[in-house]
Amino acid sequence: MITKTFSATFRGLYSLLVGLGVTRNNLFRSSVTVHYPRETTYLEGFRGPVELSPSEDDPEKPKCNACGNCVRICPSACLYMKATKPKKKEAEEDTSFDGQTTEENKTEKSSKKSKPELQSFVLDFTYCSQCGLCVQNCPVGSLRFSHDVFLAGFSRDEFVFDLLAKLKKQAQQKEQ
Amino acid sequence: MMDLLFFPWQLFVIFVGLTAVIAFIALNGLLLVYLDRKVGGFIQRRVGPYEVGPHGILQPVADGLKLLGKQIFTPKGADPVLYWLAPMISITPAIVVFIAIPFGPNLQVINTNVGLILILAFTGINVLALCLGGWASQNKYALLGAARDIAQSVAYEIPLLLSVLPIIFMTGTFNLFDITSGQGAWPWQWYILYQPVAFLIFFVCILAETNRSPFDLPEGESELTAGFHTDYSGMAFALFFLAEYAYMVIGSCLIATIFLGGFQGPIVSGAWWFLAKVYILLLIMIWIRWTFPRLRFDQLLNVCWKWMIPIAVLNLLVTLAVISL
Repeated sequence: MITKTFSATFRGLYSLLVGLGVTRNNLFRSSVTVHYPRETTYLEGFRGPVELSPSEDDPEKPKCNACGNCVRICPSACLYMKATKPKKKEAEEDTSFDGQTTEENKTEKSSKKSKPELQSFVLDFTYCSQCGLCVQNCPVGSLRFSHDVFLAGFSRDEFVFDLLAKLKKQAQQKEQ
Repeated sequence: MMDLLFFPWQLFVIFVGLTAVIAFIALNGLLLVYLDRKVGGFIQRRVGPYEVGPHGILQPVADGLKLLGKQIFTPKGADPVLYWLAPMISITPAIVVFIAIPFGPNLQVINTNVGLILILAFTGINVLALCLGGWASQNKYALLGAARDIAQSVAYEIPLLLSVLPIIFMTGTFNLFDITSGQGAWPWQWYILYQPVAFLIFFVCILAETNRSPFDLPEGESELTAGFHTDYSGMAFALFFLAEYAYMVIGSCLIATIFLGGFQGPIVSGAWWFLAKVYILLLIMIWIRWTFPRLRFDQLLNVCWKWMIPIAVLNLLVTLAVISL
């Protein structure tokens, strides 16, 4: 009993010395923080408001194929998307109604096959909880988190982003 | 000639000495606040204060100016007399105590043969100040902090005195100047080698008496907001703060004088050796503060009553036996 107490005490005292050693080692290491206004750092994994990523052939157009997965999965319902209906369907409807298919119509059909055109893509950031479900579930990897740390505004309206316009602006800025 | 003879030299020396001591305390306070925050920053791999002045060196000055500019405010329900008396009672003994400390061979305000008793007695008054402050501010956190402080200080005063006693028996004097002179210039002539156990106990007790971490229960931020000085702001808080750092310096001065040869050092003895020793001890205190977590209250008292006091008594008995042989 007595030996147990004493050995526990001495082990405790030794652990105090170990602790002092740890802090001494850290005292002489370089600091890991950043002087904010003078220095900034790239924040890996920072979740800014989601944005569209450009497609490979045209930097002004998104990769988006307007499937609407993001709009459906968003728990805060903060994404609004408008797209033209798939052209193929329209063409089929056309044929069924008219009953006549010209050569012109056929070529149009094959070129605009089943790819809906994205008309507007709006993010209401005031509702967004940045859960990232839209980013995870985008089948073509068109949505991503932005890295704008300095986002600030004076009114709510400034946080409703037109993502297509934003993408265009980014592409123009890149060209310059 | 007659005028010079009747000039009250002793009073003049005390007056100049007290002024110098107040300046010393204030300067030390500034330096220690900066050191404390900077070392803490480095240990946590931050940079510490950086904005005011080069490498934040003027940060304590800016803090002091801010505290000076604050409104003097008595909380509702607080005792109007005791509330303002407490910070004054806290700082005054700290100033008085410095006059007995031998900083150098010719740098001591009063060379009194009860120096050690004077210091230990006057520093004990700080407990009263914290008690009054906690009581008078009519705040539950302040009162709890004060209660803790009393229990802690009363407990740790005992091993503190018990660990000084062997040195007093060895030297046969309370005079701090004589205790210093009794030790040689080289480290192997210092009393720390004769009394290592007493040194350790004394050091821990000084940490506890000055409410330094890991014994900072009276002002434990996480559980008591700010402890006994929760309701204090402005200069009243600054006085408590200054007094805390002053007591740290006093503790280090005592350790340096009693155990580390005081102003005596290799090659050329003088006040610089004393200051170097004091500052090394202060840095160790700061290092300890940023290393260890705060003790629980029962642990704190257990350490004192179950370990410190028995070991101190044993150490005293062994020393007496050796001396009487």
